[in-house]
Amino acid sequence: MTNSFGEFARARMFVVIGSNMTEAHPVAATFVKNAVARGARLMVVDPRRHALVDHAHWHIPIRVGSDIAFLNAVMQVLIAEELYDKAFVASCTTGFEDLRAKVAGYPPERAAAICGVTPEAIREAAREMAAVKPAMLCYTLGITEHTCGRNNVVTVANLQMLLGNMGVECGGVNPLRGQNNVQGACDMGALPNVFPGYQPVVNAEARAKFEAAWNVPHLPEKPGLMIPQMMEGLVSKKIRAFYIFGENLAGTEPDIRKVEHELAAAEFLICQDIFPTETTRFAHVVLPAAAWSENDGTFTNSERRVSRVRTASAPPGVAQPNWWIFREIARRLGHTWAADSAQALWDDEIAVLAPALAGIRYHRLEGDGLQWPCTREDHPGTCVLHKDGDFTCGRGKFTPVDWTPPAEESCSEYPLVLSTGRRLAHYHTRTQTGRCEGMNAILGEETADISPLDAADLGIADGERIRVRSRRGQVEVKAKVSPRMPRGLVWMAFHFREANANWLTNPAFDPVTLTAEYKACAVRIEKTG
Amino acid sequence: MAADVFTLNGRETPFTPGQTILEAAGAAGVRIPTLCHLEGTLPTGACRICVVEVEGARTLLAACTTPAAAGMQVHTESPRVVAARKTILELLLASGNHNCAAVAGDGARWTDFQLRVAQTEKTADLCPAWGDCRLQELAFQYQVHAGTYAPPDAGPDLEDVNPMIVRDLSRCILCGRCVKACNEVQVNKAISFGYRGSRTRIVAAGDRPLIESDCVFCGECVQACPVGALVERKAGYAWRPWKAERIRTTCPYCGVGCQQWLHVQDGKIVKVTGVEEAAPNRGRLCVKGRFGYDFIYSPDRLRTPLIREGEDFREASWDEALDLVAERLKAVIAAHGPDAVAGVSCARSINEDSYQMQKLFRAAIGTNNIDHCART
Repeated sequence: MTNSFGEFARARMFVVIGSNMTEAHPVAATFVKNAVARGARLMVVDPRRHALVDHAHWHIPIRVGSDIAFLNAVMQVLIAEELYDKAFVASCTTGFEDLRAKVAGYPPERAAAICGVTPEAIREAAREMAAVKPAMLCYTLGITEHTCGRNNVVTVANLQMLLGNMGVECGGVNPLRGQNNVQGACDMGALPNVFPGYQPVVNAEARAKFEAAWNVPHLPEKPGLMIPQMMEGLVSKKIRAFYIFGENLAGTEPDIRKVEHELAAAEFLICQDIFPTETTRFAHVVLPAAAWSENDGTFTNSERRVSRVRTASAPPGVAQPNWWIFREIARRLGHTWAADSAQALWDDEIAVLAPALAGIRYHRLEGDGLQWPCTREDHPGTCVLHKDGDFTCGRGKFTPVDWTPPAEESCSEYPLVLSTGRRLAHYHTRTQTGRCEGMNAILGEETADISPLDAADLGIADGERIRVRSRRGQVEVKAKVSPRMPRGLVWMAFHFREANANWLTNPAFDPVTLTAEYKACAVRIEKTG
Repeated sequence: MAADVFTLNGRETPFTPGQTILEAAGAAGVRIPTLCHLEGTLPTGACRICVVEVEGARTLLAACTTPAAAGMQVHTESPRVVAARKTILELLLASGNHNCAAVAGDGARWTDFQLRVAQTEKTADLCPAWGDCRLQELAFQYQVHAGTYAPPDAGPDLEDVNPMIVRDLSRCILCGRCVKACNEVQVNKAISFGYRGSRTRIVAAGDRPLIESDCVFCGECVQACPVGALVERKAGYAWRPWKAERIRTTCPYCGVGCQQWLHVQDGKIVKVTGVEEAAPNRGRLCVKGRFGYDFIYSPDRLRTPLIREGEDFREASWDEALDLVAERLKAVIAAHGPDAVAGVSCARSINEDSYQMQKLFRAAIGTNNIDHCART
């Protein structure tokens, strides 16, 4: 997030796109609802009429995967009607002429046909977005989990720059991260192309710095593989040993049959986890780890806030902290590392090596933590990025892109679109929430959510069992007929093994980020029996 | 500036126009007791416990709803105020099933009460909020003993069918904090006041159990309840505030990073609450953050390293398992190079774990094949 949750309560307007906030980020949603109660405007762009829409002034139910067409058309209107922030564009951005040329190809009439909304709705949305300043744009995985995910992301940034909503309080581009420490795992360099603090592995200076710090003669310069490439490498034998730490890939990756085939092909699979999972079934060695409240450490939330995690009780059996396990393996590979606690790792290595985290030390994290960039020990942390139009590389660069359809569109054989996500009472594959008393009583099984119109066409009653099929597999599941669903869409989650949406999802990936298109694949539904 | 001053217990006290007496007093370090007041929501003046004496006013005024005004002379603990608070507490204690020590004021009855409770632990007799009850605390502070007014001859009014939350409306003092928490703080709009007059009660979905209503079990109402009317099912009789230690931590679920108090008793988390005033959540939690902690005590936890043997696993020591891992990694690196090894880190675990894993891969194995589910 360029901005912070603390700004939500006093924001004047929100544009929420591809984010089911009341279920996936419930506490963040409460602050949006508070702001609306105090007079803020709320525009929700989402195929589903999800619960946040109950509080919205405008709901624009665009079709799954049509985000770029919609946003380009909005920008076309902003430019054609001269509603954009000319001063911000002139002084803080580059590439405006390229953007103007690109979005000129998206008049509302053309976009309306792609998005399934009226041209007037697009014009009204543009005018309303320009009417209140600043506005906070929030998005979640509805933007990223597409084959055009990267292009979706640059397009929302284009929009906020065009509106002059960057670098100001209560504005910005605000992706709500799905997991507690996905921001932190990125910051720590658990990515194939960067060291901790986003220092590129291809940069010789960065490598020299880490070689000196880690006391090794040579660090690899070629960026590594991303998860889908690793998985395919298990079958092609490019990858011979695979180490999975705390991920249940056999439930969370698209096309479970393919994933399980890949995992079964692993020559040597190490799983480090707190529970046996669908994935550990394929392991050769399983290493038991300490869980969340069983070790000290830090998480970094969506707003870049580093907060403390503290020990409440001891891990079961001989389970050990994860950092200890990695250190022991390194020792057996001939590398002796000094740091013997999470605090030592942070204070003596991470803060020293990552410039944006240089001012963060454990002793400064006792209260509400610190938001990076925090470059010196007397730096208060940063709530708003790019303040006063000061972008990382000088000016903000418009990156105009074209809309592309999802990799798999509905057809006569698979006439509906399946989109997926999370539900309130459960989390991912339920390894945790499924073992918490009461959660299964709140939500005990998966459903396939469908619109009353589709249900009527197919003669399906609410609660009836149906079969959902895609080109990859099929599941039997209870139908939930919901007026929140638009015609033509089926919606499911991945919390329950038998009816996990990932038996159906399409392993098609964004070419840059290799993010899978969890949000769109073609399915058909039928009554069982 | 001199205009924005009033007199509080004889001292000149500044205030900001628009501030209530309660807020201005709080800023000056003078504590006025409250029951129905909930930070960040509209004051209702419902419980009257915050009444203060304002010179020249005909009646005592509720500090939570009365704006401070220049020249106002306010007394927060005058004999008239204390007498009124005692009466209010006596009435509240008589309004329902408040059978704690505050009620069993005289020694003989208290002994009987203790004996009965000892025999019937986990019944409605011992209030689960004992020791964490604002009403009990105030009754003690003002030395109020019940009995001036006869309590209703009614036992528990228990709603015990919900996951996570047990409601006992016989202990409800109708302060309305839960209604504010639900409607104004979390904005879930699941509960409200129902019925009228002496029959007034807090209802969900036309007076049906929470599980049949729009309730999303965030538990904000439980955190707001000043008495024992709303109790966490899991904490229930296990949690005793004087036995538990509070440890601050960060929620392990979504990317909001809510700040939590873990209430730890005998080495186990028995309850989780939001850290009031903390960024980013300001005391709020959702159903997962508040009630999703007990997975760590599941009997399914992995307790020891496991090594595959055919279709099964056998238990192993750390040395054996880690030696095997190192030996296999060395063999793969020797035969196929370091890029034949790949790893996926965990977006749930602490920063230091991800740092250490990428360091293992880059520095000790010699590959950049390290990733996590960054983009999903």
